[in-house]
Amino acid sequence: MQKMSYTFSFPEEVLEHVFSFIEGERDRNAISLVCKSWYEIERWCRRKVFVGNCYAVSPVMVIKRFPEVRSIALKGKPHFADFNLVPEGWGGYVCPWIAAMACAFPWLEEIRLKRMVITDDSLELIAKSFKNFKVLVLTSCEGFTTDGLAAIAANCRNLKELDLQESEVDDLSSGHWLSHFPDSYTSLVSLNISCLGNEVSLSALERLLGRCPNLQTLRLNRAVPLDRLPNLLSRCPQLVELGTGVYSTEMRPEVFSNLEAAFSGCKQLKSLSGFWDVLPSYLPAVYPICSRLTSLNLSYAIIQSSDLIKLISQCPNLLRLWVLDYIEDAGLYTLAASCKDLRELRVFPSDPFGLEPNVALTEKGLVSVSEGCPKLQSVLYFCRQMSNAALHTIARNRPNLTRFRLCIIEPRTPDYLTLDPLDSGFGAIVEHCKDLQRLSLSGLLTDRVFEYIGTYGKKLEMLSVAFAGDSDLGLHHVLSGCDNLRKLEIRDCPFGDKPLLANAAKLETMRSLWMSTCSVSYGACKRLGQKMPRLNVEVIDERGPPDSRPDNCPVEKLYIYRTIAGPRLDMPGFVWTMEDDSSLRIE
Amino acid sequence: MNGVITNPEKGSSVHMLLPPKGGWVGVSHVCPPTGGTCSFKAANTATTILKFIDIILRLSSQGKMESRVVFETHLNLKATELRLGLPGTQENEDKTAHSYAVVRNNKRPERETSEDSVSISKASLDQQHVHAVAAPQLKAEIVGWPPIRSYRKNSVQEGEGDGIYVKVSMDGAPYLRKIDLKVYRGYPELLKALETMFKLTIGEYSEREGYKGSEYAPTYEDKDGDWMLVGDVPWDMFMTCCKRLRIMKGSEARGLGCGV
Repeated sequence: MQKMSYTFSFPEEVLEHVFSFIEGERDRNAISLVCKSWYEIERWCRRKVFVGNCYAVSPVMVIKRFPEVRSIALKGKPHFADFNLVPEGWGGYVCPWIAAMACAFPWLEEIRLKRMVITDDSLELIAKSFKNFKVLVLTSCEGFTTDGLAAIAANCRNLKELDLQESEVDDLSSGHWLSHFPDSYTSLVSLNISCLGNEVSLSALERLLGRCPNLQTLRLNRAVPLDRLPNLLSRCPQLVELGTGVYSTEMRPEVFSNLEAAFSGCKQLKSLSGFWDVLPSYLPAVYPICSRLTSLNLSYAIIQSSDLIKLISQCPNLLRLWVLDYIEDAGLYTLAASCKDLRELRVFPSDPFGLEPNVALTEKGLVSVSEGCPKLQSVLYFCRQMSNAALHTIARNRPNLTRFRLCIIEPRTPDYLTLDPLDSGFGAIVEHCKDLQRLSLSGLLTDRVFEYIGTYGKKLEMLSVAFAGDSDLGLHHVLSGCDNLRKLEIRDCPFGDKPLLANAAKLETMRSLWMSTCSVSYGACKRLGQKMPRLNVEVIDERGPPDSRPDNCPVEKLYIYRTIAGPRLDMPGFVWTMEDDSSLRIE
Repeated sequence: MNGVITNPEKGSSVHMLLPPKGGWVGVSHVCPPTGGTCSFKAANTATTILKFIDIILRLSSQGKMESRVVFETHLNLKATELRLGLPGTQENEDKTAHSYAVVRNNKRPERETSEDSVSISKASLDQQHVHAVAAPQLKAEIVGWPPIRSYRKNSVQEGEGDGIYVKVSMDGAPYLRKIDLKVYRGYPELLKALETMFKLTIGEYSEREGYKGSEYAPTYEDKDGDWMLVGDVPWDMFMTCCKRLRIMKGSEARGLGCGV
């Protein structure tokens, strides 16, 4: 039989056109690995770059490889920074990126940052350097003030999206930064200022809303009074997503009817959030639009279970619910019965530091939702008791779970029925939920649970562990078993040197590993740093230089990440990067 | 070995079961229901026993139960014997001896005055007084747990269990620090911490002359936006009105110190 070989050579333009339909960065990365010519073509036409760890690569390297970037996303601090585990000043400065891109990407349109430090100077540089700038999303960022926002508002004529989700902003200007949007500016599509502490100028806001016909998302901050909301909504009845300000004021009938009319007037409204300080008598104002709602974030709202039940039972199309544990088991039973399309549930604790449960929320609520909501994929659940039986039931009910984060508030809490560790329950979760990507553990756990995770968690990408395990074996199971692990964060576990050194190569296949209050010695960190030149092994220790203590002394915190940029140069005095042998050579 | 706490008044009891050596730690925190029982299982480690006793103390101090610890010993299980006294001391064992240890039903003892071991002797039916100690890890002392973002805590609670975090900057230092004021009991501790953190000496405070003898002066911004010298107001007032700290250097520092 004749063997035929085909050589396909399309002109570059054709390949480029084909590639333009492929946007996801993983697919793009895969394309670039096919052959040298595909690598070249792909890099010239990549428009979107995602850098999961801003220290894994340098700005110069990104610019060199992808000269025509229009959109960049960068992440800085480790996830545990959200919980005050990363000391202030650790890093994550975006300034060098902005400076480099200001020269290299004059046509940059989008910047999305997460857990980074950005200054007003950088915001001003963005405002002045990128003529076609459209999207600025700052999630959990800090370091800037409303002066920086004023610069953006004043200069970015084509701005579509300004989203300050959960960032820490120094609010200096008493709301006047909003007035910097010129009268000729009309292109706003999305505005999220929910994190701002001070009032914004409501008149400036009203005018802004009135002249931006494409506005779809508006997340107000707490300081916007409820009685001004109808007026604002009347300027933008085309809204799809709304975050209210404070949701109470004196009870006045005309305020209520205005509010109800204003909500009803927003025929496209699908997503609600905000609801600080809820006065329950104002809740019925949203009833007319409940049937359209797909997303409801009540995680700041102190609403009792009975009122929540009335609300939720009218939202049959709900896909996502974020709520406080005031919902209680009873409310979750209603959710399970009413919201058959639910994809995501997050239940936050109303009294996280109380010693006693303050609400009747137990594992039963979650079990009920797992039974009643066949499309449930993503769970974040804070509670005070759990059982292996419940976890087994949840796992069997919902093998389609992709994200499961359970936080039993008291560390090391066992199965409340049998007093056993919860190994078997979490084992059932990883065994049945074959597409599980993200898992957070809590409760009493031995090395056994990690054996299950290593065996079954083949698609697991992110794992969070606290107060768990008995020995090095636990960590070894995870590092040797979880083929797709990218991010591992561990605190207060008895894991030490051996599993790290034995699985050093694994660490290069991951984005990062965080370990704090574990048993990893300084000596092991040094050895790991020497052995693995493409890892940055950062020892974070506020007790002073680790050299001043014996090598077998455990480090306070350890952050290991792969990088092709070498050790970073912006470390504060309490961070040391372990040297690799190559640094001893003179360049 | 089993442990039982009886609460004659409220009729509830708590059992503590100790499996053979090599078992695992697990002490539940749930308050035993009135009239019911609730079991704890624990490895025979001192830490667990201390934790168990801490629970008893806390439940006692909340008036939830009277504090009486009863340990039943079965047979001659030397392997699972609780030995919390100094190593080498011998204890008498009876086959089915009961021992009572009455734990003081008052406030949890102060950490500084507690000892590292508890001795519970297994004498016969005599009541024994036990000077119990606080367990090593107390709730609300764990940084970053439960894992919720700080802005969530602020929205819902007054943040009772949480800290008062303020940013600290120092003139000339390239990065900010953040500290929790609740951790310190007074100005001397705070200043010592700042000295260690920034590797400098601040010196002693005097009302008239500020921080003499040092080129640094710790200042803070209060709720009204004014910059004050740290130490000017009583500590409790300072904790509530301090928004952020700044360690000033040089002449600016001296200017602030001179009775302004």
